[in-house]
Amino acid sequence: MARVYVAGVGVTRVGRHYGRGLLDLAAEAAFRAIDEAGVEPGAVVVTNMLASRLQEQDSLGAYIASGIGLRGRPALHVEAACGSGGAGLYTGYAMVRSGLVDSVLVVGVEKMTDYPTSTVTSALAQAADAEYELFYGASFTGLNALMMRYYMERYGVDRDTMSEWPVMMHENALINPYAQLRRRITREDVARSQVVADPIRLLDSSPIGDGAAAVLLVSEELASKLPEKPSVYIAGAGAATDTVELGSREALDRIPAARMAAEQALRAAGVRPEDIDVGEIHDAFTINAILLIEELGFAERGKAARALAEGRFRPGDRPTLNPSGGLKARGHPVGATGVYQVAEVAMQIRGDFPGVRVEGAETGIAVNMGGDGSTLTAFILRHA
Amino acid sequence: MALRISPARVWRERIPRYRLAGRQCRRCGRRHYPPRPACPYCGSRELEEVELPRTGVVETYAVIYTVMDGFRDRAPHPVAVVRLDDGTRVLAPLTDVEPGEIRTGMRVEAVLRRIRRDGEHGLIAYGIAFRPALREPRTRRSQG
Ligand SMILES: [Zn+2]
Repeated sequence: MARVYVAGVGVTRVGRHYGRGLLDLAAEAAFRAIDEAGVEPGAVVVTNMLASRLQEQDSLGAYIASGIGLRGRPALHVEAACGSGGAGLYTGYAMVRSGLVDSVLVVGVEKMTDYPTSTVTSALAQAADAEYELFYGASFTGLNALMMRYYMERYGVDRDTMSEWPVMMHENALINPYAQLRRRITREDVARSQVVADPIRLLDSSPIGDGAAAVLLVSEELASKLPEKPSVYIAGAGAATDTVELGSREALDRIPAARMAAEQALRAAGVRPEDIDVGEIHDAFTINAILLIEELGFAERGKAARALAEGRFRPGDRPTLNPSGGLKARGHPVGATGVYQVAEVAMQIRGDFPGVRVEGAETGIAVNMGGDGSTLTAFILRHA
Repeated sequence: MALRISPARVWRERIPRYRLAGRQCRRCGRRHYPPRPACPYCGSRELEEVELPRTGVVETYAVIYTVMDGFRDRAPHPVAVVRLDDGTRVLAPLTDVEPGEIRTGMRVEAVLRRIRRDGEHGLIAYGIAFRPALREPRTRRSQG
């Protein structure tokens, strides 16, 4: 099967960009990816969750495409809550792989800091079921808190052990130039931080931030014509869904759609979990990371938090997880996150990631999640 | 920017919300809530409406301090996944209980409560909440 190459990537610093709008951020990331690839994309996929609600802007495909100088090209907007980026990459990958177009720019963008936290919290909660979760005041953090308490009580994992994840994420983000949070924290800091939805504390949660990321995908044929042939390709992609409402799932301590998406991607790439050198996984909250580590087969069920506390998944270990600092510390501009992850894994394999580097990484995985486990995508990237 | 309450929307959902009506799958036998056009477990469209038991246990809970717009007067707002006596799960707020008294495994019963008010238009929406069970002894509490 013909390969789909990553010909260019671009990311912006995640943070409070008060002076810049949705289009400015998208353009910065897009221009970098296009200039790096040295080719203008034949189509654009925009990934975003909140613009309809916060910027009151729809028609995002045309809005962004024409705004970045690609007027006339086919352009789509793909939305899957915090999993929008991965869903958009899946779409772009399919467009190139099918031969419909020979290049696609996937650009994820999110502008979250223009409004007070309660407004953003309400908008983010739209990832959940409006009639039977949101209606009852179950915020998105609240739903993740239900899963976190269930996990901790079921497997007898204490607060401090769970805190190892955010501590590691802040450590990894320290030298990432575009990370939102670049300061060291301790387990005590997590335990003392504000309670958002007990048992989730502020330092278990990814910050609110603006950002954009872009990945330019090209066909094998186009890749071979470029002045510099891209060194990374997408070896496998997977996507799966589950019920949006938490209560209809079979278990509260599992994210089966993650396992399904990862298995598809691994099978397509012909690799096993033990072949993975580096992973960027979805950790909007501590509990997400813990459950995903287990679903991806990196730890046994109920043991991920303890494995972390024993030092697993840090730089130097295989796989190294979230060397960027993850959603927790690099930041989580929701609809752009999945694109950041694939850009980061591509940079690790190319050997030019500007932060914590996984030396000699040949194979990586990016796992993006929408809602609290309803839309999952997984991508295996490999060195060409 | 809270969820807007529309009379049509509230009216449409009244049966599952007020009467705790779920659906039972004729193929796999499992029950689910909220009611859906197909079984979330096996995909079957052969479903019948069932009234669910009004008692169960707290399977897990969270106490929300940073509440959404429309719930400002409710913080801290406890919500739970309740496993009803027939095994069906329902997500709803907990009521008539202090956050510090809530335990996993505690027995609860469904009651109808005012859930929210639309700030702009003054519309009120009702729905299910769970309170510590009154009709039976609270025997499970020590197991928390
Ligand atoms: Zn069924």
